[in-house]
Amino acid sequence: MIAKTIQYFLPAIWMVLMISACGKAPQVNTSSPAATGTQATSAQGSLTVMVHDSFAISEGVIAEFESQNNIKVQFVKAGDAGTALNKAILSKDIPLADVFYGVDNTFLSRALNEGIFESYTPVGLKDIPDQFKLDPQNRALPVDYGDVCLNYEKAYFSERGVAPPQALEDLLKPEYKSLLVVQNPATSSPGLAFLLTTIGHFGEEGYLDYWKGLVKNDVKVVNDWESAYYSEFSGSSGKGPRPLVVSYDSSPVFEVIYAETPKVESPTAAVVGEDTCYRQVEFVGILKGTKNRSASERWIDFMLSPTFQEDMPPLMGVFPVNPDAHLDENFKRYLVIPEKTVQLNPERIAGKREKWLNDWIETVLR
Amino acid sequence: MRFPVKKVRTAALWAVPVTFLLLFYFYPLGRILSISLSRGDAGLFEPFVEALTSPSMLKIIGFTLWQATLSTILTLMLGLPGAYLLARYDFRGKSLVLALTGIPFVMPTLVVAAAFNALLGPQGLVNVALMNLFNLSQPPIEFINTFTAILIAHIFYNLTIVLRMVGDFWSHIDPRFNQAAKVLGANSRQALMRVTLPLLMPAIAAAALLVFIFDFTSFGVILVLGGPRFTTLEVEIYNQTINLFNLPLAAALSAIQLGCTLGFTVLYTRLSRRVSRPLSLRPQATTQKRLTTWQSRLFAGIILTLLVGLETVPLVALAARSFTVLSPERGQSTPVSQRLTMAYYQELTINRRNSLFYVPPTKAISNSLIYAFTTVILALAIGLPVAWSLARERDSPINRVMDPVLMLPLGTSAVTLGLGFIVALNRPPLNLRASPVLIPLAHTLVALPFVVRSLTPAIHSIRPRLRHAASVLGAPESKVFQHIDLPMVGRALLVAAVFAFTISLGEFGATSLISRPENPTIPIMIYRFISQPGAINYGQALALSTILMLITAIGMLAIERFRFADVGEF
Repeated sequence: MIAKTIQYFLPAIWMVLMISACGKAPQVNTSSPAATGTQATSAQGSLTVMVHDSFAISEGVIAEFESQNNIKVQFVKAGDAGTALNKAILSKDIPLADVFYGVDNTFLSRALNEGIFESYTPVGLKDIPDQFKLDPQNRALPVDYGDVCLNYEKAYFSERGVAPPQALEDLLKPEYKSLLVVQNPATSSPGLAFLLTTIGHFGEEGYLDYWKGLVKNDVKVVNDWESAYYSEFSGSSGKGPRPLVVSYDSSPVFEVIYAETPKVESPTAAVVGEDTCYRQVEFVGILKGTKNRSASERWIDFMLSPTFQEDMPPLMGVFPVNPDAHLDENFKRYLVIPEKTVQLNPERIAGKREKWLNDWIETVLR
Repeated sequence: MRFPVKKVRTAALWAVPVTFLLLFYFYPLGRILSISLSRGDAGLFEPFVEALTSPSMLKIIGFTLWQATLSTILTLMLGLPGAYLLARYDFRGKSLVLALTGIPFVMPTLVVAAAFNALLGPQGLVNVALMNLFNLSQPPIEFINTFTAILIAHIFYNLTIVLRMVGDFWSHIDPRFNQAAKVLGANSRQALMRVTLPLLMPAIAAAALLVFIFDFTSFGVILVLGGPRFTTLEVEIYNQTINLFNLPLAAALSAIQLGCTLGFTVLYTRLSRRVSRPLSLRPQATTQKRLTTWQSRLFAGIILTLLVGLETVPLVALAARSFTVLSPERGQSTPVSQRLTMAYYQELTINRRNSLFYVPPTKAISNSLIYAFTTVILALAIGLPVAWSLARERDSPINRVMDPVLMLPLGTSAVTLGLGFIVALNRPPLNLRASPVLIPLAHTLVALPFVVRSLTPAIHSIRPRLRHAASVLGAPESKVFQHIDLPMVGRALLVAAVFAFTISLGEFGATSLISRPENPTIPIMIYRFISQPGAINYGQALALSTILMLITAIGMLAIERFRFADVGEF
């Protein structure tokens, strides 16, 4: 009889095991306040900031914000930019955070149409150039920008005495045959940006013909930036076969500051001719329903201030929208920012995205 | 009186697993599917109609089935001879072979793609060697972004499932069955087809089902190695959810993927009911022989070369690269000079940019290990009673229903379930949306089918008569469990633990959706590095991948060596 009853206790024992196992995991979490480098005080406010995977900040900069405002910041990383936005939208009834950073101009309409943000007009906004302000109601506020540009391996072209391409049209020429690798716009954010570049430059009537030309000139398409840059591109340390790739104007600078041995010259360069790059602007906004409105406002003020703005470039490869923020030496020396980039209206992108992608797939992949 | 007691016992065994699945699987999944479908303006059925009638969707469903079927067959073709070798022969370094062939299971696809590229890419070792040898101007092998790459990568990832599940079961089957058949006049082929394979069917079917579902829901391999011309359901669900924000269609596709998973699993359950039978399992020591004849040595040589070649050469190439600097001559793209370096490993320990999210490698390793061991404990604690009930009382109604249901988490789209957690677990006491607790819970959902499928054949094969004999001789139920069940199931328990451990170590999709930035796992760190330009970033990704391989191998060897009471001795 006792043996039988033991059997009924087995599940109970398992339950205890389970709970004790669950109990272990939160311990991982208790170390996080230490990681952010501040002491908790009782009078402290708190703020949760939801960000995408690429977000980074230095210890000193966050410590400065926390101590000046007496606010403890908790970051929640929510996947790549698209995934993070979807999470913010789906959780808008019970928001996951007070502030959400990382909507770019290709996703902006989705965020605004879903009404996830509250309006806020920071004092610092007036200093920011109008080209970055894409939401007249100031629900989404510009923080940084970066340009998706063609990159090339310098040595490949100098050795052969061939000039690197200057314009999109050049890529159709025979001397650039089989040299270019791009990302699939349906799966990759720089891939989409490059497709938008061609649409902006050649117009809706002309871009598919351009892509037909690229296919004829043996363009290679891969799904993700990582494969394109590290497996296919010859200028990266992956040493792939192709000397032309779609990446960012910050990539050549990263090749210098993240080289394995100190370098005086970048092995790669970006093509920054007129209309060869697509400008991505990233936005921050206060999530509707926050209970920490004033802390959220202070955080956004901080994101627009030179302290935060100057911290971004070497960590995230994006540039300040605040003209008072200065780039550090390496960026001053190695970065070339295009003067005229392609920009498309976010609403137009939202309305046409699916059609453009399908047409592109039909033209290039079939 | 007997019947209700049995019923109560079955219900008691299921209480925890069912609660777990309801809370952390069905509730989030149901919420996200219903929220997604209700966002459509065209009614609930419209997205299903679209998914099942549009030619592009049908093509995707067809391709998903086709590549999964082919990948599974190929994995079995290579895995079964390997399982035979590991089951029937005792040789030095066997557990090392098992560990090495298990490493791919945890590797992030981006890194595996880099490894295959280093070998078979246009400038990979093989192509360059062939070009030099035969004076070719173009690389002869086209591998990356081909259908072949998808198949090979699926074999690469899933071979270990067949080796472990079938190999372990096989090693306990009495070789005298086979010998008896031969004495009675059967030739080797007949003995294999009529005796050995039928006895093995439960384990083969279980392994095949797991491999198939993995291939069926393949995401990273298709994206990175298959390239833009190939799309599976899982890839399309991601695309519809994230890029196009067509949540109703994404939900319909998710439901279709789940329906298929359920269908295959029901099929499997039917099949395995027919084929599995109690056996007298034997301890490994009595079933294995040494490699004495030249035929057996030749066979072992060929199989080991194939297994180790496929499973470890790409990884070795990767590890070697993590110690190498490739620097072109100044201002030239070729020739590339190589030199050895520890720079990438040293860099891992330096927070050069004072990033808030920097974590030393030791911290990432310990995060990964804490999650992995929590997953092992949870998955075994939930999986063991389930497997027990399934094997012992499989005709009870709850078992008939729950058996296929258990498999569903494996066939569930990661992005769908990830968003499900966000919309479901959002209120106290279950506000787990940003909680690290969610990580081992999500890993356990994936590990559970492996645990149950590893354990069920072993438990079921225990002859009831053995247990009856022990009871008749006066052993209480607990003694029977300790001296009969536990030792016989012990090996399978270790196999299950290895699966749970490796699934957790390698998991990326769910972890990336819920991990706290200050507590990343190793795969998350690898992804952070490889998604930025710069040689030192790429190098650190490779260095961490090498560390991940090492941790995985050590972990698996440690679990294999685990001995407690009679567990593992059998």
